[in-house]
Amino acid sequence: MTLHLAVALDGAGWHPAAWRDATARAGALFDPDYWLDLVRTAERGKLDFVTIEDALGLQSSRFDGLDGRADRVKGRLDALLVAARAAPVTSRIGLVPTVTVTHTEPFHVSTQLATLDYLSTGRAGWRPQVSARPGEADHFGRRQFPTIDPIAADDPATAAFIAERFAEAADHVEAVRRLWDSWEDDAEIRDVATGRFVDRDKLHYVDFTGRFFSVKGPSITPRPPQGQPVVTALAHARVPYEFAAASADVVYVTPTSTDDAARIVAEVRSLPAAHELKVFADVTVFLDPDRKARLDRIDPGYASDAHTYVGDPAGLADLLLDWRTAGIEGFRLRPGVLPADLSAIVDGLLPILRAHGAFRTDYTATTLRGHLGLRAAANRYATTGGAA
Amino acid sequence: MKQIILAAHFPGVNNTTVWSDPASGSQIAFDSFARFARTAERGKFDFFFLAEGLRLREQRGLIHDLDVVGRPDSVTLLAGLAAVTSHLGLAATVNATYNEPYELARKLASLDHLTGGRAGWNVVTTSDAFTGENFRRGGYLERADRYTRAAEVLRTARELWDTWPADELVADAAAGVFARHGDPGAFSHTGQHVEIHGHFTVPRSPQGRPLIIQAGDSDPGREFAARDADAIFSRHGTLEAGKAFYADVKGRMAAYGRHPDELKILPASTFVLGDTEAEARDKAHHIRRQQVSPQTAILLLEQLWNKDLSDHDPDGPLPAFDPVADDDSIIKGRTRLFDDHVATAREWRAMAEAKNLGIRDLIIEVTGRQTFIGTPATVAATLDEFVQNDAADGFILVPHIVPGGLDDFVDTVVPLLQERGVFRADYATSTLRGHLGLEV
Ligand SMILES: Cc1cc2nc3c(=O)[nH]c(=O)nc-3n(C[C@H](O)[C@H](O)[C@H](O)COP(=O)(O)O)c2cc1C
Repeated sequence: MTLHLAVALDGAGWHPAAWRDATARAGALFDPDYWLDLVRTAERGKLDFVTIEDALGLQSSRFDGLDGRADRVKGRLDALLVAARAAPVTSRIGLVPTVTVTHTEPFHVSTQLATLDYLSTGRAGWRPQVSARPGEADHFGRRQFPTIDPIAADDPATAAFIAERFAEAADHVEAVRRLWDSWEDDAEIRDVATGRFVDRDKLHYVDFTGRFFSVKGPSITPRPPQGQPVVTALAHARVPYEFAAASADVVYVTPTSTDDAARIVAEVRSLPAAHELKVFADVTVFLDPDRKARLDRIDPGYASDAHTYVGDPAGLADLLLDWRTAGIEGFRLRPGVLPADLSAIVDGLLPILRAHGAFRTDYTATTLRGHLGLRAAANRYATTGGAA
Repeated sequence: MKQIILAAHFPGVNNTTVWSDPASGSQIAFDSFARFARTAERGKFDFFFLAEGLRLREQRGLIHDLDVVGRPDSVTLLAGLAAVTSHLGLAATVNATYNEPYELARKLASLDHLTGGRAGWNVVTTSDAFTGENFRRGGYLERADRYTRAAEVLRTARELWDTWPADELVADAAAGVFARHGDPGAFSHTGQHVEIHGHFTVPRSPQGRPLIIQAGDSDPGREFAARDADAIFSRHGTLEAGKAFYADVKGRMAAYGRHPDELKILPASTFVLGDTEAEARDKAHHIRRQQVSPQTAILLLEQLWNKDLSDHDPDGPLPAFDPVADDDSIIKGRTRLFDDHVATAREWRAMAEAKNLGIRDLIIEVTGRQTFIGTPATVAATLDEFVQNDAADGFILVPHIVPGGLDDFVDTVVPLLQERGVFRADYATSTLRGHLGLEV
């Protein structure tokens, strides 16, 4: 079975000093061309998709507030809009922005992602992200969040708060998915004889009611080309695993070894999955050890929630193939430095994987669901076989 | 001589848009939007414009099915259009009631970066609980509060856009300084509708702030525009009404220390072109029949009568009784169309009797007459007359068909406006505010 591969784009890369590398384009992080070049490089490599990180607050190395550090990248463009800007100038690669679910409106998120799916003719995905930071809640002024220590998740109050945020996230994804289905694929009829543009029997109220919000529907946007754009979730522990199993099509887990990968895959697979869940592993990659060492000297504060690989492309290929034996179906590689490590993935890693027959030589599908081998998404409201 | 501003409205969910014509293409595929926007750019238009509605319209408790239904998310679509255009301004209608200022400001500042300074925002308000059912906020905003909230959302967005000084980003690798302040974008806003504080995440965008458009017509709406907007999307499309509206809103600006040139009046305008005046009139009549199908005629009549009239014959006479005076409108999700229902109904009945018109012909007569009908030469002359006589500063053109509805105008009227010296031969600036001659 061939692997699925994605890259995670974030600022100048995942090392905090990446922007200070000689190859970095630190002055261009808010320039659309910077992002287009990265996405095009990934598409040249025939990758399944790119993800684009985002958050509703400034980057910080601390969870309980901002870090005041002028020596690190601050600021972002809205990831979904970056993906939208890239959609018309690419033709195959999947586009998976991070969109926070905690403070946003499910109705808007559903139409924004559906629109991305139209712009890309079926290449949209989504990484719903929970926001637990009190500072981000203050940007909306509707709720006050406690300052929690995510390391101390055993504390009952912290655990309850985190569980509540993931419950809200699950509701959000459910409302969005219902809205995507709220138009049957053949709802538009343009029947001149009766003067009707749509068959209103094929438009459905979603009537979502939950603890955090309710949404009436139907969507204002017709069902997107994929029917259901691909939902992906990053998960490090039981509660987010449960969220991923209930809500996502792809889960990114963070093993540290082959055995750890096998253990996590078994745990995730033991949960009832609502969709055909694909298990990906996140790995941060530095394909030039000297560069990594230089950046560590400039800023020794590099830390990662995911396994960090430092070495040559051949060693990385071995690692990926090894973890595959533990049931990992794909990888989301986080380039330590952009664009350098992305280019090294495309030009160094991929030829090796292809030599092993472990990665596609060209796209065989035109949609993201197609790249991932996901079934056509059935419409929960269709009574007449209107599935895409 | 005043220069004319031209915008192209992608037509959508109302009966101006003819979907039944063989030339009518997709209302949702990106290619339709791309083709339409490229045509506008070929015509050197100032901007592309998208409307918005956050709940599907209903009439008699049923989803309205006779007009185009369905649209993309405006801001997301514009980010895509940035990829297929280079100078055209890109303006979206975005609701100030059902969006939070932090997120809205972030989206619009990002859009301004991604378009290289071509973003515009039409600030609209909705106060109905009907639309609110799709949102966390839900509920109902008092009608009187809709503009106080809109003004405060806009003011907050401006505060956020101003948080990053133009020289905040240093990106000096050797010195190890990315942003001048360790945590840029600090803000705090406390008001009646918005109470937020923290840090904004988007660096100052090319325009600093997008073009601000306003489209309400009430007294508070006009006041809001006079104080806060760069342009008004108005519905006063005749010479006399246009002049009165123009004088009214521009007259309100001095109180806010603004010069009349800082606010551009752009009426929504439809057009029909023909080789002769007679041909244009025939085409106009044909289009109006397409716009008002027998079913649509009954539906529009119901909006005035505020009552189920589905048992009436579209070719038969108007109802003999007066409209129902009832606050609960039969139509939901659309702005009120009539002020005095009983008086308007009596006028319509009198006209139908005098001209011997059935329901559909009467509706065709009284609604949706195109703004400019004629040869390219007479239309160009009329547009110019409107602008030089201060009935408008330009126009937001609403063709009746996508994606080709703008082609004739761009091919035949634009060159005549250019010959008259009242419309640009090519773009002189790269930003939307620049195209309109506003300070960036
Ligand atoms: C020409 C025109 C176009 C409008 N377009 C929209 C629109 O696309 N979406 C929307 O929600 N409201 C739209 N509106 C409604 C107004 O923005 C405004 O919110 C509404 O008219 C209520 O304000 P008012 O009482 O001041 O008129 C439009 C109004 C006018 C006059």
